[in-house]
Amino acid sequence: MAAHFLCCGGFFWSDFSMDPEGSMLDESGRRRKVHGMLKLYYGLNEEGKAPEQPQSLDPCDINGPHFDPELYLNKLRRECSLGELMDHETCMVKQIRSLDSDMQTLVYENYNKFISATDTIRKMKNDFKKMEDEMDCLSANMAAITDFSASISGTLQDQHAQITKLSGVHTLLRKLQFLFELPARLNKCLELQAYAQAVSSHRRARCVLQQYSHLPSFKGIQDDCNAIMEKLAQELRQKFRDGGTSAKDLSECVELLLQLDEPAEELCEKFLSHARSRLEQDLQGLEAEIKPHLPIPAVKEAATCRSPSTAALGSPKDSPKMLSLPSPTPNTDILEFIDRGCNEFVSSLCLVITSYQELFINHAQTGELASKNIPQMANNKLKAFVDDLAARYFSLVERRIQEEKGVSDNSLLVRALDRFHRRLQAVSKLLPGSTVPNQGTEIVIRAATERVKQYLTALQSFYMDSLTDVRQALATPRLSVAAASVAGGGAHLGGAASGRDAPNSLPELLSSLSASILNQIKSVLASVHLFTAKDITFSNKPYFKGEFCSQGVRENLVVNFIRFVCQSSRQFCESAGDKGGSTPPALLLLLSRLCLDFETSTISYILTLTDEQFLVQHQNPITPVTTLCGEAREAAQKLLNHYVKVQGLIISQMLRKSVETRDWVNTIEPRNVRAVMKRVVEDTTSIDVQVGLLYEEGVRKAHSSDSSKRTFSVYSSSRQQPRYAASYTPSAPMDTNLLSNIHKLFSERIDIFSSVEFNKVSVMTGIIKISLKTFLECVRLRTFGRYGLQQIQVDCHYLQMYLWRFVSDENLVHFLLDEIVGSSAHRCLDPCPMEQSVIEVICERG
Amino acid sequence: MVGPQCLYAVFDDYRKVVFHSCEAEFHIGHSFGGEEDFCNTLGCHYKLIIQIVFLVFLFKEISEIHIIDFDDENNIINKNVLLHQAGEIWHIAASPADKAVITTCYNKTSDSRVVSCAAVWRMPSDWDSGSHESPDDSAHNAQTLELLCHLDNSAHGNAACVLWEPMGDGKRVISLADNHALLWDLQESCTQATVSSTATLEGKGQLKFTSGKWSPHHNCSQLATANDTSIRGWDLRTMSQIYCIENAHGQLVRDLDFNPNRQYYLASCGDDCKVKFWDVRNVQEPVKTLEEHSHWVWSVRYNHSHDQLVLTASSDSRLILSNMVSISSEPFGHLVDDEELSEGEDNHQEEKSKEPLKDNVVSTYEEHEDSVYAAEWSSADPWLFASLSYDGRLVINRVPRALKYSILL
Repeated sequence: MAAHFLCCGGFFWSDFSMDPEGSMLDESGRRRKVHGMLKLYYGLNEEGKAPEQPQSLDPCDINGPHFDPELYLNKLRRECSLGELMDHETCMVKQIRSLDSDMQTLVYENYNKFISATDTIRKMKNDFKKMEDEMDCLSANMAAITDFSASISGTLQDQHAQITKLSGVHTLLRKLQFLFELPARLNKCLELQAYAQAVSSHRRARCVLQQYSHLPSFKGIQDDCNAIMEKLAQELRQKFRDGGTSAKDLSECVELLLQLDEPAEELCEKFLSHARSRLEQDLQGLEAEIKPHLPIPAVKEAATCRSPSTAALGSPKDSPKMLSLPSPTPNTDILEFIDRGCNEFVSSLCLVITSYQELFINHAQTGELASKNIPQMANNKLKAFVDDLAARYFSLVERRIQEEKGVSDNSLLVRALDRFHRRLQAVSKLLPGSTVPNQGTEIVIRAATERVKQYLTALQSFYMDSLTDVRQALATPRLSVAAASVAGGGAHLGGAASGRDAPNSLPELLSSLSASILNQIKSVLASVHLFTAKDITFSNKPYFKGEFCSQGVRENLVVNFIRFVCQSSRQFCESAGDKGGSTPPALLLLLSRLCLDFETSTISYILTLTDEQFLVQHQNPITPVTTLCGEAREAAQKLLNHYVKVQGLIISQMLRKSVETRDWVNTIEPRNVRAVMKRVVEDTTSIDVQVGLLYEEGVRKAHSSDSSKRTFSVYSSSRQQPRYAASYTPSAPMDTNLLSNIHKLFSERIDIFSSVEFNKVSVMTGIIKISLKTFLECVRLRTFGRYGLQQIQVDCHYLQMYLWRFVSDENLVHFLLDEIVGSSAHRCLDPCPMEQSVIEVICERG
Repeated sequence: MVGPQCLYAVFDDYRKVVFHSCEAEFHIGHSFGGEEDFCNTLGCHYKLIIQIVFLVFLFKEISEIHIIDFDDENNIINKNVLLHQAGEIWHIAASPADKAVITTCYNKTSDSRVVSCAAVWRMPSDWDSGSHESPDDSAHNAQTLELLCHLDNSAHGNAACVLWEPMGDGKRVISLADNHALLWDLQESCTQATVSSTATLEGKGQLKFTSGKWSPHHNCSQLATANDTSIRGWDLRTMSQIYCIENAHGQLVRDLDFNPNRQYYLASCGDDCKVKFWDVRNVQEPVKTLEEHSHWVWSVRYNHSHDQLVLTASSDSRLILSNMVSISSEPFGHLVDDEELSEGEDNHQEEKSKEPLKDNVVSTYEEHEDSVYAAEWSSADPWLFASLSYDGRLVINRVPRALKYSILL
């Protein structure tokens, strides 16, 4: 190693001497080479590459592969001062030295490793030699063992053959003995009723006997056996036919018969018909429960249903039971019924299916019967059987469910349906392809929709009932409440209110009505919600997750109910359209407010509640909240309009009668306001109180502090006075009439029976408009004397004093009253108006 | 084309009359209907296109009847005034046979009692002489009606209206008085009137006929009357009731009119703001109901030749022209030619097989400032109609041209 090192060193140095021009350059070149070789030695190439790559093309890079010492030197010489050059040199020399020492260390380490490797190899050589000797010894021993074993087996061969022969003979003798003993054994089994053992014994012997049947002795045995087996089969068949045996016995029986090559199809049929007779008993029991009041037809039906083969066995046992059934159970509730159905019918059906499958399908698949397509045939038979019976069961269940009319306890029905559905799952597990579970689900769905319908009718009848209650409450005035609430309403003419329909408890009635409706809806929702509860098996069916929630509950129940409320409200308007109808006006007002409340809050609340409770997925088109709100608002508007019409009609009838029945030509000089006018004001006030209980005040045009006085003076003295004159002084009529016409030209057209807004002032305005317009039209149809006109003046002034406060725009009242007085003046034979001051005195006195 | 503005201008000239007689004008409307046949003959007489004649009354003991000629081509409106001295007129009707003969129902005030009477009058033969005079003069040299006979029977109470036999010879009239319907025979050129038969409305309370209409169908043997909320039909041969529509309207029934082309169809209007169309063979439900007005409807009129056009006047100051295609005798928008159009009865079957047609409001006329009490079609020009309101404004309008052509073509 040392020599090698020296040699290298020599090479380097010679290289150095070959380039005498600049020590700097040589140093760097050498350094680079050394570095490269070291790297090569330690496999560092890969690592070093990355940093080298980018600068490798620069010839002035000392570490780069393209390093050109001459260029580098020139560059240094050009760019650096002398001092820098000197520094550079010292730095370079230092680097060279450190590199040298590094190299020496590395070389020394490698040398040591090489020496240790040589030692190891030498040691291995020695060890192998020893192993070779041991292997030779082993092979010699193995050869000796082989020789020995060969000699042993050679000696034992004869004995072995003899033993084999002897054991063969022994077996044969055993078999023969079995055969000879077989008839006796079979007989014994038959006696002990150990059929299974007998059959298995016979089976074992059967093929042997068959094979050797040409030998007379064997033939005899075979005949004996066959006779015995025939007997056995006979007995089994008898047992199979006997209906009293348990299912387990039966299945055993069938199994044995199958093994005795009995035709499988026949057995299937027999098995099923037997099962059918028992299941039919269950069904009849159920049927008897459905209509206990008709016991005799049920029994008759039961008797005819039974198949002839089982009739003989079934009837004597069952008939008394059947007859006794109806009397102790008058009508069980649905849960009990379903329970009974599940426990009796469904569980025995399951049992039948299981054992049948065990016998004819699973079993047969393994044995030789599989080849005869028996499983297929058996399966078809089973399906037909199950479908038939299940259909009858379903029809019974459906009949029973249909009897569930009362909506009192939904949980019972849901639990019953759940149980029904749950038990059918067992059938579906047993019979994967069966339609039974689907039909069951359909029944559940039908029951659920039926139930929702019933709830809707229940809600509707509840609503109508509560309306009747409200009607009655309105019809019987409760004086104590009346006094209290009228006082609360701050009505100065409150006493009059008690005589007419009681407006007293309107807000209470409204709140109780809406609260009871809401509660009812909530409770119905809660009951319906049971259908989708987590622990109910059918709740995860797609129907109950989707359509039931959105269509069934939301649309058919909630939306339809809201629609019904609006619809019935609207009917109040239509049916009552003539003659004011039988609907009390207070009810109209109440309903209108109810519908309005529905529009503002209740509908969205109910629908949100429904959506939350039922997690309605909006896949189907559903009725949006806004549509319902629109309908409710429309209904509210219609009701309120109708209320205005009815109340207006009541007041206008009073006015009309008062105008039509009086002889206005021959009346006396007015001393009082007519009683009917006071009545009108009283009624208007009580209506105002009534409406005020349910509707907000509303906006009215600002009027002066004492409207009654101020405006009246204007309307009577400055405008009306010349107008009276006009009618009998033809010389100067133009101004007043022109004035009146211009007034009409610029005043807004008044729609008398128009829609009102949802506030008190608007309602009152509507009623007063209708009343005064009627007054006007009636006045125009009459002829007045002097005092008739004056009476009208007094009446109008009185109305003026009280009515302005109710309306939104007092000018409306002024205008209409103005027209009334004007028209009566025109219709007057002797138009001589009363002094304004006198009118005022009369009115204040009255 | 004469629009409402033009008419208004004319009325401005006659302002004195108009303003003097507000109450009287109220009655114009009632008279207006009766006068059409009259105007027809008048038109021929003058060889002018004079299409409408109005009768206007002055109040007090002397009412005035204003006869207004409307010359469509020249836009000239002329007025004649006749004095009715017996009392204020509430109802007026013209004889179908004699243009100069009219009946009136009027209030007479005697001994401070108001009594309603009915009478037959003859208009003076030279009433037209003043037609071309200046309007100012006409008020002063008005002529007086000549009384032919009274249709009074004090036993039967106050007369509400008098109906002439439609298309008759001017010999038979019916007067409705309180709860009696009286059929009169007029003899000796209307100077003598005798009651030939009577019918009495019986029932609880004080029943009173408010209006009536003599059916032009069934050989003029039927009469329809209105009392309170009911409409009744009468057979004039036996003077017995043949049908009764109880509660035809929610409130008082104001007016009736027979469809001129369909014999069983009847229109009624009333204080419940509704106009109802009835098939008198089935009186349980109206065939159709219109609810366009916002106050009492005072008058309903079928167009005389195109019965889908219905005019209603209401005290909400509106006049509404409706196109009731679905219950008219004429199918709408069809290919039938004019001959078939005229024989409306034959088209019934054909019409029913067609798809239901849309009824609609053709237009609402809001020129009136006060309650409109009367509306009437011109009998000379089926496309012209007039309406009259309490403030004395008379408005003449035409059916919109588009509708007219769609009906004709």
